[in-house]
Amino acid sequence: MSAQAPGNLVEMSWDPITRIVGSLGIHTKIDFANRRVAECRSTSSIFRGFSVFLKGKDPRDAHFITSRICGICGDNHATCAVYAQNMAFGVRPPHLAEWIINLGEAAEYMFDHNLFQDNLVGVDFCEQMVRETNPEVLERAERTEAPHAPVHGYRTIADIMRALNPFSGAFYREALHVSRYTREMFCLMEGRHCHPSTLYPGGVGTQPTVQVFTDYLVRLMKYVELMKRVVPLHDDLFDFFYEALPGYEAVGRRRVMLGCWGSFQNPETCDYSYRNMSAWGRDMFVTPGVVVDGDLVTTDLVEINLGMRILLGSSFYEDWEPGGEVFVEKDPLGNPVDRRHPWNQTTTPKPQKRDFGGSYSWVMSPRWLDKRSGQHLALDTGGGPLARLWVTALAGRVDTGTVKATGSSVKIRLPRTALLPETELEWKIPRWSNTLERNRARTYFQAYSAAAALFFLEKAMAELHAGRTATWTDFEVPEEAVGCGFHEAVRGVLSHHMVIRGGKIANYHPYPPTPWNASPRDSLGTPGPYEDAVQGSPIFEANGPEKFKGIDIMRTVRSFDPCLPCGVHMYLGEGRELQVRHSPSFGVQVK
Amino acid sequence: MAEVENGDPRVTPPREIDVLWITAGLSCDGDSVAVTGATQPSIEDIVMGAIPGLPKVNLHNPVLAYATGGDFLRPFHQAARGELGRPYVLVVEGSLPNERLSGAGYWAALGTDQQTGEPITTCAWVDKLAPGALAVIAVGTCATYGGIPAMEGNPTGAMGLRDYLGHGWKTPAGLPIVNVPGCPVQPDNFTETLLYLLYQASGLAPMIPLDEAGRPTWLFGQTVHEGCDRGGYYEQGDFAAEHGSKKCLVKLGCWGPVVNCNVPKRGWMGGVGGCPNVGGICIGCTMPGFPDKFMPFMEEPPGAKMSTAAILMYGRMVRSLRNFTRDSLDREPAWRTRT
Repeated sequence: MSAQAPGNLVEMSWDPITRIVGSLGIHTKIDFANRRVAECRSTSSIFRGFSVFLKGKDPRDAHFITSRICGICGDNHATCAVYAQNMAFGVRPPHLAEWIINLGEAAEYMFDHNLFQDNLVGVDFCEQMVRETNPEVLERAERTEAPHAPVHGYRTIADIMRALNPFSGAFYREALHVSRYTREMFCLMEGRHCHPSTLYPGGVGTQPTVQVFTDYLVRLMKYVELMKRVVPLHDDLFDFFYEALPGYEAVGRRRVMLGCWGSFQNPETCDYSYRNMSAWGRDMFVTPGVVVDGDLVTTDLVEINLGMRILLGSSFYEDWEPGGEVFVEKDPLGNPVDRRHPWNQTTTPKPQKRDFGGSYSWVMSPRWLDKRSGQHLALDTGGGPLARLWVTALAGRVDTGTVKATGSSVKIRLPRTALLPETELEWKIPRWSNTLERNRARTYFQAYSAAAALFFLEKAMAELHAGRTATWTDFEVPEEAVGCGFHEAVRGVLSHHMVIRGGKIANYHPYPPTPWNASPRDSLGTPGPYEDAVQGSPIFEANGPEKFKGIDIMRTVRSFDPCLPCGVHMYLGEGRELQVRHSPSFGVQVK
Repeated sequence: MAEVENGDPRVTPPREIDVLWITAGLSCDGDSVAVTGATQPSIEDIVMGAIPGLPKVNLHNPVLAYATGGDFLRPFHQAARGELGRPYVLVVEGSLPNERLSGAGYWAALGTDQQTGEPITTCAWVDKLAPGALAVIAVGTCATYGGIPAMEGNPTGAMGLRDYLGHGWKTPAGLPIVNVPGCPVQPDNFTETLLYLLYQASGLAPMIPLDEAGRPTWLFGQTVHEGCDRGGYYEQGDFAAEHGSKKCLVKLGCWGPVVNCNVPKRGWMGGVGGCPNVGGICIGCTMPGFPDKFMPFMEEPPGAKMSTAAILMYGRMVRSLRNFTRDSLDREPAWRTRT
């Protein structure tokens, strides 16, 4: 970065970032002469205080309350809370309940990725947006035949772009429609979207009938057919950007540091005990793990758990260290638990003026301690799917008959549907962790979820046919206990940590994907993943400072699937020129 | 009132109406997301002019917006200055924090003030936009009554919109705040209310009927229990002892008999899903007393103990009489035979 002579930096901010969930601002300094982003800071402007008001509440209420953290993937929170409750209460749900939750969560991925990809992200690649940001690219798209046109029905790349125009585009409207029947699938399993009504510690209240599974199946098969068209459509669109804008792979690229906390429990082995967590975690149907520079560092949930560290630095909170209350000295296996671990965190909000040289966000900075290097890694989730597919592919453990991890790829087999033959899709580990690959992974993970759901449905029906129809196991709330839940929210890693004392919640800390992705600079000066991915990223947009839309930055931020109820802010400084020296020392800011 | 029975002929229908939708209250954005799932009517039905008689609707909601940053906020700033040039409906999502408790900082904000470089608080937006609005809708239980962020022990002093503006607050045209609660809002409940207000603004419908809690009466006039297909089990004194049962859930913590909400009847989306009708206890999420007055959720409501004891004797008797009758009805008349 320091090789080029610094140009005049123009402060550019976007606040709020739209077409995401929640309140995010991105504040940047753009070096137009060298066509790159010099600096980026992400901010979140909402604080509600879940960890504060959960204290003293009945531990059975945790999933109802924490669902309300997020308005699009609230059910991921509810599910993760139920996992933590199950551990703390020592309860194991009947198998059928786990298959029902897996079917609900699969429907959530199918719905949420679909809506986000084709109604929110898609607009960044639509004809109107490309015309306003890179007209030469649109011209080229008009002339470029879509390689998979016979499958998806759009002749040229520009036809795909037009179909993505908001409201007027046919594919945009189809995606809205799909987002509805997939949510109906969700409601069949978990009652309501996005705050489920039928999910409980110990299982579900869903009444397992032939009808409920039939209703799910017929909708699922429509989605399976859709995936056979949608995956090639996105491959065509994203491949075209690499071709039309050489060097686009550098947009939003960062070091491969991906975390995935696993999804879809396997009821055969999952007993929710912490002691056995390493084993049952590895049996999840999306494998948990951490990938650094292409290496699979671990697939062990215990190791993942113990490596978590919550750093402050640029956020509006009082530090609890030194002198904070220690809730959990050792985990149930006897391993020491760090004071910066979520079990031992105390949240004390300290609202203050926003200061980009000091504190500027309501988001904290979760990091993962890599024991090999001693570094506190700012892992990202790749928007969810990239990390899930990458870890699952490398681990090579998942094999449901419909989804198979090969060690370097994930194969997804979709059966014959009304109009299209059996189809195998293969997601291969990409060369980069960048904007386009985060987006591509999303579409493949939609297909993954559908294929996995076919397997879960078969399992659920087998339980039903065998007469094993119980969906709930009773339990007692212990006086003292600890619990943790690990899950994949739609946009990435999700953990809930609970401490029970005197039968009440003594401490509760959820860590959704967005604090990982949207975190500000931590106390060690390490920028969060959005900041890191945007900073230094090249600019391909044709507009100068006057009409600058920041499209490459928007695509990058949205590729992470931001969801800030759980906190990035871009604000347009109307092209103000700053007399700022381009400093490689990010902690120092001169105004 | 007679002349407004079927709308107000004095109203000149506006050609265009903007919907300025602020999601930056203390919320999860779940109401905006829910509304993308509505089908009766859908958001595209409203935006694309699929409903006859309505003005053109310009929707400014951050979850669905094409524009971002300053471009997105332009109509909000224009409206705040009284320069939008079109009537607007203000939709508030999320509870409003007490910014007196946030010192020099803020709990909730939307956009950045160009002069100071500091965030513009959500409360400041409401102060500027509510007085000039044609109608003000609070969507979801956070905005209507405070909801989850206003739970006991919360640090932000969160409250509902009417707690913030005052319970007697009205628009210049005399319309109180329209509350569409739900956590999140049932999708069609919101779009249907918006549709009604657009009709009213066009002179095609009389004043929207609201109850004392500001809720549209045709949506919230019945209890969960009155619309629940498990009500028959209650009547027969037949209660679920564990989750996953098809029976009435009151003993497991369902508050349906005393909660105003149409979800069991309407379903969640496209008639699918819901709460007690599909095995989920009603936790009272549409009510002003939510959540505190319903917690702990997984306990039988105190009032249910007495009412279920009262119904039990009657219910058991009725159930056995009905079983007796049903046994007989389950058999064909004796003459249907070849012999």
